[in-house]
Amino acid sequence: MKPSEGYPVKPSPSLKKWMTLALLLALLWLSVRETEASLSELIGGIPEMGKFIAKMFPPDWKYLRVVLKPMIETIQMAILGTTFGAIFALPISFLAASNVTKGWALRTPARFILNLSRTIPDLLFAALFATVFGYGPLAGMLALSFFSFGILSKWAYEAIETIDNGPMEAMTAVGANKLQWIYFGVIPQVLAQFVGFVMYMFEINIRAAAILGIVGAGGIGIYLNRTLGMFRYDQTVVIILFTLVIVLAIDAVSSRIRGKLI
Amino acid sequence: MIEFKQVSKVYPGGTVGLNNIDLKIEAGEFVVIVGLSGAGKSTLLRSINRLHEITSGDIRIDGKSITSAEGRQLRVMRRGIGMIFQSFNLVKRSSVVRNVLAGRVGYHSTLRTMLGLFPKQDMELAFSALQRVNMLEKAYQRADQLSGGQQQRVSIARALAQEAKIILADEPVASLDPLTTRQVMDDLRRINREMGITTIVNLHFVDLAREYATRIIGVRAGEIVFDGPATEATDEVFSAIYGRPVSEDERLGGRNVEAI
Repeated sequence: MKPSEGYPVKPSPSLKKWMTLALLLALLWLSVRETEASLSELIGGIPEMGKFIAKMFPPDWKYLRVVLKPMIETIQMAILGTTFGAIFALPISFLAASNVTKGWALRTPARFILNLSRTIPDLLFAALFATVFGYGPLAGMLALSFFSFGILSKWAYEAIETIDNGPMEAMTAVGANKLQWIYFGVIPQVLAQFVGFVMYMFEINIRAAAILGIVGAGGIGIYLNRTLGMFRYDQTVVIILFTLVIVLAIDAVSSRIRGKLI
Repeated sequence: MIEFKQVSKVYPGGTVGLNNIDLKIEAGEFVVIVGLSGAGKSTLLRSINRLHEITSGDIRIDGKSITSAEGRQLRVMRRGIGMIFQSFNLVKRSSVVRNVLAGRVGYHSTLRTMLGLFPKQDMELAFSALQRVNMLEKAYQRADQLSGGQQQRVSIARALAQEAKIILADEPVASLDPLTTRQVMDDLRRINREMGITTIVNLHFVDLAREYATRIIGVRAGEIVFDGPATEATDEVFSAIYGRPVSEDERLGGRNVEAI
């Protein structure tokens, strides 16, 4: 629709916008070429996928008894990993937030640690700890702790940087020391949000924990790997469905809790 | 007693906030500082508890220099000075009584305050402070459930719980409607009279300044251009402080009060 005479006319898209679009398309095309993604191969693979799915049925439900214990172990790894990650994430996020830690001497190293821990993927952490502490759930738990620490502290410090400066100013004015200042001026403003982050992290960790076993870090992943290796897809599907149920249940509970918090 | 000795503040970039201020405020006074926005009234007020640092000069409170105070010494001086802000500065997610108790943290160890172990005496101080501003029945409500005027009264209670001898109020009514403005100003005056707390308020309403102040200080371009009893602050005086005739929206009773 065109406005009537006398009103400003919408400016036409500038050259910069077209250039950006062209650049994005070029990047996309390059990625397709380099990864040799091909539509015909994808279509050609459909019958193979069909065979794979056909081998899953009927599912071997008796296998549930075998994977129950490793599934519990997976959940425990996720709970402990999230908890330890959260415990260490909160203090360092105060150091990394520019409105709490004004001097760069503490803030820069804190941010460096955060960035470093986020560049290492969870599977690499798991493989690393598995070689150091041996195969088993301890390695998985440690991997998830470091993984959660990196992500949670990043979320937390970004949330802290957006809070209202007023209560902190008020705490300065009443003569609070730095710890009291944080405890009374900052924490009440971010706590609910942080708990929400931890819940969300827990959801992510359940999914992550389910595959950590592939590199020997305990949990259900070992069984996933084993059944795939032995072509027992009827057992694989039991593990996948079981994981799905657990993830859905935890998602439902945690999103309800998060909804109540905010 | 608050004493400014040759106090100057120059912002990085060269803007002069305060220019060689000499000022003495006696205990128990109700001082209103007026001036255009940007004239330096907020800088003047906030330099008293060092929320703003000054560049040169000395500010003394009861003979002790806050300018040279550091660490614990500074915190002890600050806890004796209550501060009221335009935007109330309460923790909105916390209860009213917790916000008031936050005024007590300067008196106790970090551990004790973080565990919430405020002594019984503190609880009584907090509740009697809330009673004084008629907010006792809201003690366990969350601060964000209160109206602006109620939140401001809670922040006054926080200053009272501090057992402050001085209250600084930086535009305490600028975000309130005319009715609640009067309630908050009445509270401040009552506290000033009944408890003898030195009160310094930044305002931009001419009539409100005259009504409540015992002494008016006019600030313009970082300098004090008027200092005298409220009765002497005529419209001509205000025109001189503002550098232009007083406009209608600088009167609370005026018609444009919504447009503050």
